[in-house]
Amino acid sequence: MSLDATRLRAVVHKELLDYRRKRAIVVSMVLLPILFLVEPVVSIFVAAPSESSSALDSFVILPLLYMLLIAVVMPSTLAAFTVVGEREQGTLEPLLTTPLREQEFIIGKGAAVMIPSVALSYLVYGLFLLAVELFAHPAVATAVFHNGPILLALFLFAPLVAGWSVVVGMAVSVRASEVRVAQQLGMLASLPITGVVLLLAIGVIHPTFPVAIAFAAGLLVIDLITLRIVSRMFDRERLVIGTKATRS
Amino acid sequence: MVSSHSVRARTWKVEIDGSIVGSISNQRTVEFPVKAGQHLLRVKSTRYLLSPEESFEAVAGQVVKFSCHPRALSPIIFTRWLIWFLASLVKHDLWIGLEFVNTSSADIGATSFAVLENIPKIPAGASEIESSLSARPSGIGSGTITGTAARAPANPRSALVVSNLTKRFGERTAFSDVSFDVGYGEVFGFLGPNGAGKTTTVRTLGTLIAPTSGSATVAGIPLSPENGVEIRQRIAIMPESPGLYLRLTVTENLEYFAGLYGLRHATTRINDALEAVNLGDRASDLCASLSKGLRQRVGLARTLLSDPEIMFLDEPTSGLDPVASLEVHNLIIGLRQKGVTIFLTTHRLDEAEKLCDRVAFLNTTLRTVGRTAELREQLFKRSLRVKTLEPIGDPAEFFTRILAVEDWRPDGANTYVLTVSDPEVAAPEVTRALVSADVGVLFIGEAQHSLEDVYLELIADDAEARRS
Repeated sequence: MSLDATRLRAVVHKELLDYRRKRAIVVSMVLLPILFLVEPVVSIFVAAPSESSSALDSFVILPLLYMLLIAVVMPSTLAAFTVVGEREQGTLEPLLTTPLREQEFIIGKGAAVMIPSVALSYLVYGLFLLAVELFAHPAVATAVFHNGPILLALFLFAPLVAGWSVVVGMAVSVRASEVRVAQQLGMLASLPITGVVLLLAIGVIHPTFPVAIAFAAGLLVIDLITLRIVSRMFDRERLVIGTKATRS
Repeated sequence: MVSSHSVRARTWKVEIDGSIVGSISNQRTVEFPVKAGQHLLRVKSTRYLLSPEESFEAVAGQVVKFSCHPRALSPIIFTRWLIWFLASLVKHDLWIGLEFVNTSSADIGATSFAVLENIPKIPAGASEIESSLSARPSGIGSGTITGTAARAPANPRSALVVSNLTKRFGERTAFSDVSFDVGYGEVFGFLGPNGAGKTTTVRTLGTLIAPTSGSATVAGIPLSPENGVEIRQRIAIMPESPGLYLRLTVTENLEYFAGLYGLRHATTRINDALEAVNLGDRASDLCASLSKGLRQRVGLARTLLSDPEIMFLDEPTSGLDPVASLEVHNLIIGLRQKGVTIFLTTHRLDEAEKLCDRVAFLNTTLRTVGRTAELREQLFKRSLRVKTLEPIGDPAEFFTRILAVEDWRPDGANTYVLTVSDPEVAAPEVTRALVSADVGVLFIGEAQHSLEDVYLELIADDAEARRS
């Protein structure tokens, strides 16, 4: 696979510019993390500091992991728009007439969705930890900062789960007939991640460093495989005329 | 003389004094006319970070030959090599060096020199490049291509060679058994009714969709999925709908597409493209604020960015007012003069007649290809139009007596159309007969069939064939 840096940069730059110009995207990108921040902040600040340190440790897991969903939910609708959206607004065909390769298109579009999603997720995590450090009860703060595997998962998993959400969203977008369908189906990408968060929260999976690393490695492999599948699903003929390619 | 050799089948743009004068690839010799004096040659590929360059002096009676070959590692060029090495981590190709050799040439002996113009684009070939820059006599504006090529097109002067191309979507045939070729620098009109397969043909030649059967060569490159990127690098397609990003400005739209063609610093190109379509003053406007006609012009500017060898224009004047249409026509004429091949699909037959060197009529199958004058001759017998002051008493008897007239029919009040084999022989004979009969003659001349007549005749034939 040979990728051209100039073309990749052009796709990413244009996408980010396009997002900035669309107020609805900017507003949703700002509001969504704030909404996801409410529950963890409330949970942490109403936590009873008198409880044992092990009970506090368990208590802070769910609010922390809950924030991981920011990185899952935020990119899903944007990713679902990438291909079918271009098609609906009539810009896909001119784009496909350029030397842009399928992989460059997918990686460029995917990166443009991931960059703001991960950056905002990190910003929210940072703000949350800052708030905990400054305003939470010292016992609760200690519980939060002592949860190494969870904090690692939070920062390590944000790009990985965002990547998952992006590739699934793009897979749907490549095959969907219209944007609304793609965005509805793209939201399903968050289900497996939500499931894992739930399993961690109810104690079926115990958060340890090895578990975090194993999940990260597994997720990375799944992301790469899914990316490859999306690349193969990208069929210019289908995208231009809406039917499957036919060759003699 | 200056010559370039590359072991890779890559296309290189040849830039002289900052202007791209054409492209070379694969064991070809290309001549570019230059003025006498000092020049800077740069061989560029969008796939490489660095472009090798060499200055040379063009002297009357000399050919300057450049040779490109893989550059060996030496301490002197270590820095460049290191950059190449780092670049090769993401772009695995060879760096080339230039070898400068001056040789004299017997066939170049003039003392005056041509301005760079009308330089044809060069098709791709095999695996070695030879390019020569020659100081040419005044008036010689065309380049030449010599040498052998491992995968040379059937006709090296053809920008497009299409052989028995067919596209089916399941049971439905979009177009069938289509064959034609288009020369470099030609404006080729592609006409036909709605649903005839014109757009599908353009999409097929533009590598957007795969043909069901048949073959084609686009800009010297065989049409295949593997060659898609290389073909798309050499062509530009303007779809019927310009498909602009409405939240971006005109310049931002063009910057995006320049980037997709691998052009990093394209400000000059963008400005030139906007000036070419008279949109220089709207560069900062959001595309959403432009009228349909202006958006069409932005779409046209976009096709100019990459300096394509072949431009596919699908209804380029659709939605444009007469003045804007005229500007687009002039632009197309200018592009033809620069050697760009234009593949024009249009419903406007006057436009095709005005702009196209040849036209093809497609109605699922290719009905005919040729120059408009040839098509008229093929389809219609030559005829004279006669307009008189008053009606002829018995026109049937009158025209039957004239030997040069094969047939006749009335065409409105006091007007007659006479079928003749040679208007130059028949016209004096008819005039004499009319004068002898004391008939006042207002007009006599050869009747011209428009392209519309040709079109309607062909389409009527198809409709009749379907009925029978």
